[in-house]
Amino acid sequence: MKLIIAYIQPESLNAVKQALFEREVYKMSITNALGCGEQKGYHETYRGAVIEVNLLKKVRVEIAVNDNFVEKAIEGIISGAKTGKIGDGKIFIHELTECIRIRTGETGKLAIG
Amino acid sequence: MKTAYKYIIFVFLLFLSTNSISAQETIGTSGSGQADILAAADHTLQTNINILWTCIAAFLVFFMQAGFALVESGFTRAKNTVNIMMKNLMDFSIGTVVFFFLGFGLMFGVSNGFFGTTHFAMNGTDVAGSDWNWTFLIFQTVFAGTAATIVSGSMAERTKFTAYLTYSVFIAAFIYPVFGSWAWGSLLDGGGWLEGLGFIVFAGSTVVHSIGGWLALAGAMMLGPRIGKYGPDGMPRAIPGHNIALGALGVFILWFGWFGFNPGSTTIGDGNIGRIAVTTNLSAAAASIAALFTSWIIHRKPDGSMALNGALAGLVAITAGCANVSPIGSVFIGLFAGFLVVTSVEFIDRFLKIDDPVGAVSVHGVCGAFGTLAVGLFDVSNGVFYGGSWSLLGVQAVGVLTAFAWAFGLGFILFFIIKKTIGIRVDEIEELRGLDIGEHGMEAYNGFQIFSTQ
Repeated sequence: MKLIIAYIQPESLNAVKQALFEREVYKMSITNALGCGEQKGYHETYRGAVIEVNLLKKVRVEIAVNDNFVEKAIEGIISGAKTGKIGDGKIFIHELTECIRIRTGETGKLAIG
Repeated sequence: MKTAYKYIIFVFLLFLSTNSISAQETIGTSGSGQADILAAADHTLQTNINILWTCIAAFLVFFMQAGFALVESGFTRAKNTVNIMMKNLMDFSIGTVVFFFLGFGLMFGVSNGFFGTTHFAMNGTDVAGSDWNWTFLIFQTVFAGTAATIVSGSMAERTKFTAYLTYSVFIAAFIYPVFGSWAWGSLLDGGGWLEGLGFIVFAGSTVVHSIGGWLALAGAMMLGPRIGKYGPDGMPRAIPGHNIALGALGVFILWFGWFGFNPGSTTIGDGNIGRIAVTTNLSAAAASIAALFTSWIIHRKPDGSMALNGALAGLVAITAGCANVSPIGSVFIGLFAGFLVVTSVEFIDRFLKIDDPVGAVSVHGVCGAFGTLAVGLFDVSNGVFYGGSWSLLGVQAVGVLTAFAWAFGLGFILFFIIKKTIGIRVDEIEELRGLDIGEHGMEAYNGFQIFSTQ
């Protein structure tokens, strides 16, 4: 089991969700995130004064998958989020030691299901 | 009330003119001279009351700009709020200036048969002799502003700011005033062929609302739907507004402003103010109820945004006939407008597949046209339901069709030219990120976490 965490551009979320659905990955959690990487911030102006915005709005996608879905999930995220420009985001993959479904008490592969 | 202050002035004048304590005696000796003075004082008083009431009404109509801004921003997404506020501010500001220099003259100047040709920038109006012209100008300016701002809603969330500014110039300088001169020119020094036919559009269901509504339709068609509005199967998807509280506050403000829009259009301070306020209010209330139950039946839930749209639909519909229909007639007009607005929103959304985020076309265009036709049915002296002939209804239909052809036709040409020259729509990334960042470089809700993914 793996836990996939991806930081993507907010505006690409719909495309990523669509791509994941097409690959039969239906379960995910989404949170708003702020972050910066290679993409430098941008400038807002407020009443004529410049504000440098360093932390950009990103979306964090978390997906727990069984091993046979790892490739599909990664592929889906990339196909939805890739524009080729700096700021498209990153994907991190953790080993997942356990997973428990609260309602039934199922664990492991069954719980991710 | 009126007789009360007349009496006070009467006593006051008596006191002044006789300057004696034997007032009883004076009445008997120089009654006719007193009557003249009294008549002159009464006339001055009435003139000033008219000016005061018309100005108050104008200020109420101005406040409707706030209502439009709130309705439109509340019914759309948080990421476009700055843009919508700016559009509402700028269409009124640009509209005011160009209406002063151009529009007012086209609408109310001495007509060449097609539009007015004098009174540009108030030149040639006898302004020194009459305070009325200034009052009339401010009253008409806020009406022009209302027509201009209607379009903002249907074009929300995807229009280039520069394209919108360009459009604002043309509606207040030409499209609105020329049609207005046909229906309302004789209110000052002009005159138009529609009013010559006997067209009744008392406070502007057609002149203001339909013109704005049909331009809104042309704009929304030229823009195309927002990203994500229609699924691959062509079915419409909901893009919920971000703040129904703002939207509802906006509707209340518009309703409040309408007590200037309709009763103010008499421009006379007398008992008609109350009567027209009653028809206006009844229609709005009936339409709100009708829209609520229509949406309850169709959508199985009493949809808040539809009930709010319904109130506006009733207000727009009664605007044409508010002075010419009975209170009971206004209830019927309102009920049908409430039903009509819900079905029209559905029809435009599902079948025409035109994306109108706030329902501006349905509220202002469709219900404005309906309200104008309804005068032909419900007018207490010439309406079909009151034993009148069909001719008034025919004239109303001519006015409605003319308004559609003029506003939609010119709007289509105008937006097409804008599209081909400066561009009408922002690019895809900017639309997804929101126009606040893309067009204005600032956010409306700085410091709040907002899902900008919608």
